[in-house]
Amino acid sequence: MREMIVSELTQALHDLARGFAHYLPRLIVMLILAFIGWVIAYVVKVILRSILQLIKFDKLSENTGASQLLSKAALPTATEVVSRFVFWVTWLGFVLTGVSVLGILGLQEEIARFFLFLPHLFVAMFVLFVGLLAASFFSRAALLAAVNANMPSARIISLAVRSIIIVFVFSIVFEELGLAEQTMLVAFGIAFGALMLGLAIAFGFGGRELAQRFLEEKFVRGRKEQNENEDELSPL
Amino acid sequence: MEDETFLTDDFLRQLINVGEVDILVGLPTHNNAKTVGSVVQTIRSGILRGFPRERAVIINADGGSRDGTPELVTGVSIDDMRPTTNLNALRTLHSISTTYANGAGSGAALRTILAAAELLRAKACIVISPESARIEPEWISNLLRPIYRDGFDLVAPTYRRQKFDGLLMTNLLYPMVRALYGVRIREAYMPEFGFSNRLGSRFLAQNGWNESGNGAGIELRFTLAAITGGCRICQSFLGEKEHIERRAADLVPTLRQTVGVLFSKLESDFSVWSTVSGSRPVPTIGSEHELLLDPMRVNRKRLREMFSTGVAELESVFRSILSPSTVGELQRIARLGEEQFQYSAELWVRTVYEFAAAYQKSVISRDHIIQALAPLFRGRVFTFLMENRSASANEIENNIEGLCLEFERLKPYLVEIWKSRE
Repeated sequence: MREMIVSELTQALHDLARGFAHYLPRLIVMLILAFIGWVIAYVVKVILRSILQLIKFDKLSENTGASQLLSKAALPTATEVVSRFVFWVTWLGFVLTGVSVLGILGLQEEIARFFLFLPHLFVAMFVLFVGLLAASFFSRAALLAAVNANMPSARIISLAVRSIIIVFVFSIVFEELGLAEQTMLVAFGIAFGALMLGLAIAFGFGGRELAQRFLEEKFVRGRKEQNENEDELSPL
Repeated sequence: MEDETFLTDDFLRQLINVGEVDILVGLPTHNNAKTVGSVVQTIRSGILRGFPRERAVIINADGGSRDGTPELVTGVSIDDMRPTTNLNALRTLHSISTTYANGAGSGAALRTILAAAELLRAKACIVISPESARIEPEWISNLLRPIYRDGFDLVAPTYRRQKFDGLLMTNLLYPMVRALYGVRIREAYMPEFGFSNRLGSRFLAQNGWNESGNGAGIELRFTLAAITGGCRICQSFLGEKEHIERRAADLVPTLRQTVGVLFSKLESDFSVWSTVSGSRPVPTIGSEHELLLDPMRVNRKRLREMFSTGVAELESVFRSILSPSTVGELQRIARLGEEQFQYSAELWVRTVYEFAAAYQKSVISRDHIIQALAPLFRGRVFTFLMENRSASANEIENNIEGLCLEFERLKPYLVEIWKSRE
């Protein structure tokens, strides 16, 4: 009996030592990969930060309104956020590659899924950035056009344009990330429908006189021309 | 010549049939049937009176009119004028019409005219606006003679105007071009002008025709090219400029084709204008300016309201373009009543210069920068109207001169923000 226990214990220790000897090189490889990954991620971060500073990315993100969002959330500048994000994604990629070397069952599949998810993450970020840029551009264009056409509530029109584009952009981003697709679709439908209905009611009731004036001016040409000629001098 | 490739075969054939000419009159048109007939008759009359022995041609560059404008141009015959003018042509006066490809754009029209002038080796050329209903035969001589006889390269027009006409010209274009380029040209954006073959050929070769879209504001580019090219420039008084009714919506397109062009040219011409100080007059044939003091109906209240609304609603846009002190000052005057309202010359000049620097830095979309100037220009117009409502022609001219000097005085400020602004 005693001999059996000693034998089993010896066998277990032997297996443990063999297993450790089997995993030790892989662990070292993982650590080396993590270290190399950190170095590469750091270099990528530094290069990316320089490029973004060179192309005045902060100025661009200021124009999109992204900088204001970041500053409200007490986050660093857009250049810093993007370069840090790329650093972490790059390093995490190397670490996960290292972990996969360990050959732990179940983790392999998750790691593969992470790498498949990465392109979607980048696309979502790109869509978000371009979307915010577009929202900023078109809302400003609407604001300027409304002010120069002497329309009342120019800022509300601009805000409505911005809101519609941002809602649309976020629905695309969530769809790309595969997060709560159904929920987002329904939420988008409800939000967009509510916005349109709200605008229709607002214009219908609130802007009744405005609409009447607009139609009068549109179709009673003489009156419109008389008003406009009276107001404007030939600039050239 | 590379530029002849954009001309149609039919147009080239007609040009070859004409051969070399001494005088070329360019007439850019687009749906101008109402006025173009009388304009062409006047042009013909002007040529026959002033240059009966010279070989001349009228080139109509049409942007695809649907009202029969080209037919009206080519259909006008000398015989139409004989009963009234008793003129006899010693040479055939040709009229050629061609349609250019890119729709209604003054750039494509001028390019066609310049290419024709180069092919025909015209010694003196003029461009006449088809909207000039008050054109007189003397205008032709006044524009052609300095080129043909006196060796000038560019003849800019001066007009007799209503006192409150052309306020963009008097409050921005003239003073700014004068202060920056150092040349006192009253009408840098010229509806009618004369030019030598040398200047025409050089501009044809140098101008980035593909970059400038449909070429809106090409007239101003032409003037600035003549200035920076060191050409001999003079002004010639033509007569009364017709008051053309404008709609409120026309202001922004007008700003694009004038102020937008000027701002974009400042970028490429920086090495020229940044070294210029003061300004010099150019030789002027006839009166440099004349004002008519007829009363005009203007809704001043609406101008001021649009300014105040613009300052309030566009605050975020102005904060991207203007310095905090300028924004603060604009907000202060926007709150003032009609009688106290004063958009001073100094504030206006600072505003314009900061807009120019913001345009160069592209702090936001350049087109948005130009659009944002419209409500501020209305505010300046309001002040100009109030200051000059009962002023004499001399007093108005003194006020314009004062504004010009303010533009010249503050030029170092523009250079400073141009170089340093982030």
